[in-house]
Amino acid sequence: MTADLETLRKKSILYFENVYKEYDTKLVLDNVDFAVSAGELCSLVGPSGCGKSTLFRLIVGEERTTSGLILVEGHPVGFPDTTRGIVYQRYPLYPFLSVLDNVLLGRRLSNNIVARMRHKKEFEEEAMYYLEEVKLAQDKDKFSGELSGGMQQRVAIAQALIMKPKILLMDEPFSGLDQGVREHLQVFLLEIWEKFKLTILFVTHNLTEAVYLGTRILVLSQHYTDDRGPDVMRGAKIVGDYQLERKAASTAVKVTEEFNRLVQQIGHEGFDPLHLQHVKKFNLKHHDSFQTLTKEEDRG
Amino acid sequence: MENMVRTPRFWGIHADPGLRLNWMLGAIPFALMLLIYLTASHIKLAENPSYKLLPSPYKMALTVKELILYPNTFTGEYVLWNDTVKSLHRISLGIFWGAAVGLLLGLAMGVFRGCKGLLLPFVSFVGTVPALALLPILFIAFGVDELAKVVLIFLGIFPGIASNVYLKTSKIPPEHITKALTLGASELGVTFRIVLPQVMPSFLDTVRLSLGSAGLFLIAAEGIASDGGLAYRIFLAQRGNNMDVIIPYVMWITLIFIAVDCILRKFINWKYHWYAAEER
Repeated sequence: MTADLETLRKKSILYFENVYKEYDTKLVLDNVDFAVSAGELCSLVGPSGCGKSTLFRLIVGEERTTSGLILVEGHPVGFPDTTRGIVYQRYPLYPFLSVLDNVLLGRRLSNNIVARMRHKKEFEEEAMYYLEEVKLAQDKDKFSGELSGGMQQRVAIAQALIMKPKILLMDEPFSGLDQGVREHLQVFLLEIWEKFKLTILFVTHNLTEAVYLGTRILVLSQHYTDDRGPDVMRGAKIVGDYQLERKAASTAVKVTEEFNRLVQQIGHEGFDPLHLQHVKKFNLKHHDSFQTLTKEEDRG
Repeated sequence: MENMVRTPRFWGIHADPGLRLNWMLGAIPFALMLLIYLTASHIKLAENPSYKLLPSPYKMALTVKELILYPNTFTGEYVLWNDTVKSLHRISLGIFWGAAVGLLLGLAMGVFRGCKGLLLPFVSFVGTVPALALLPILFIAFGVDELAKVVLIFLGIFPGIASNVYLKTSKIPPEHITKALTLGASELGVTFRIVLPQVMPSFLDTVRLSLGSAGLFLIAAEGIASDGGLAYRIFLAQRGNNMDVIIPYVMWITLIFIAVDCILRKFINWKYHWYAAEER
């Protein structure tokens, strides 16, 4: 398995190896390993407080690891830049800009004034193209205060797409929206993902959403056990890694038995504090999955 | 049958005066003040026509006409006009520099943590020094001419503006900054194209609120040493008990402040309509 790691490091869009993140007294991420290939819609789920947001901030580049390796496209992760697009749950838009200007922002910020003048028309056409894709072309002159939560998230997606990021990072983007709007956006995201051949890391605490959206599910959880003994402070690990079949984009699958069985299985393995799997027993079936256990964690 | 409860017009916690009555209510204290003054003035002037402390409106109008229309016999200047230009010149220079420096410092401290470490303690310290107490130092250092007055206004308002912009800037969600970086912004791009537009309306609001203290500093400085200006004229008139000059001048100063305040407020509401929706 270790022989593959070198290839995996090179070919993955996103790669975590031996990642630890510790705050003053709390170990949050405890030897996290995973790799994400291009084109996946990878859901990352986990119980609240497991460190999803911490992991997200590490990928974005807002924080550094305590130790370990994070690669984006084979290069060590740096400060936030255009390789990674972000859609947040909160503050989806800049309040002082119209919808069109919000989408144009990327093109404007990343070009100098001469290029901005020269390509003004091109940029605007490009922005309008994305606004049409998210079905908000007729709202281009509105401000965020005049849009519903769902519309704001669609603009935020267009805003990120215009930069053609290598990987789109979404942090609970649809949490806090009504169920109907949420399902609508899930279908919409699948369409966009397919059309633009995106690579997406979708962080959520909602299992149904994760299973419905993902081509793959990573489960991050602090509920597991290993050979380090009872007294050691443990942080979260990837405790499950599932490949899912790409299915029709209808939300109808959510009521099928197979779907529910998977949701329950993941919930049991990752979310149940009373069910502690041993690190050697983790369900890491995905072909990109790997585990770098320390001697203390696995005494054989 | 019992009557339905009616909303009272004036008395009590449930009162709702409505628009017209509100205007009328607001006018009452003004009318009262005017009435008391006119009565007192009338009584005093009936006793002694040369009484100077409560001049009649007619007397004040005559004085104002003279100050506006006829040049001063000694200097050849139109007094009111000349005073107004001098004062406005001083205060706008002081406010301009105070606002500009305050804005830049505030942005720097809000966006760059290193700058915050370097500047915040000092700016807070300068903000705590009572600016008026510095006036003698300023007169010694910069002479009694224009510069000392402008510097006083500048020193008096820039720390407040800087800390306000800093506070506003540090309240901008970090998500906004990170996202701008992922959209290709440089660090200065983040500062001037993401942060600045967001703090601009509240910055202008702060400048608007600083007008009051700027005016205070101007009046103090002009009153102590000056060769012209609105406050200079008031203090000069005080030596001769010329209330017919003082009262119109105070009203004129007030009017100027109300006008500037109103214009700024209207401008903010017009230019930053999203601000009203977000903040208030």
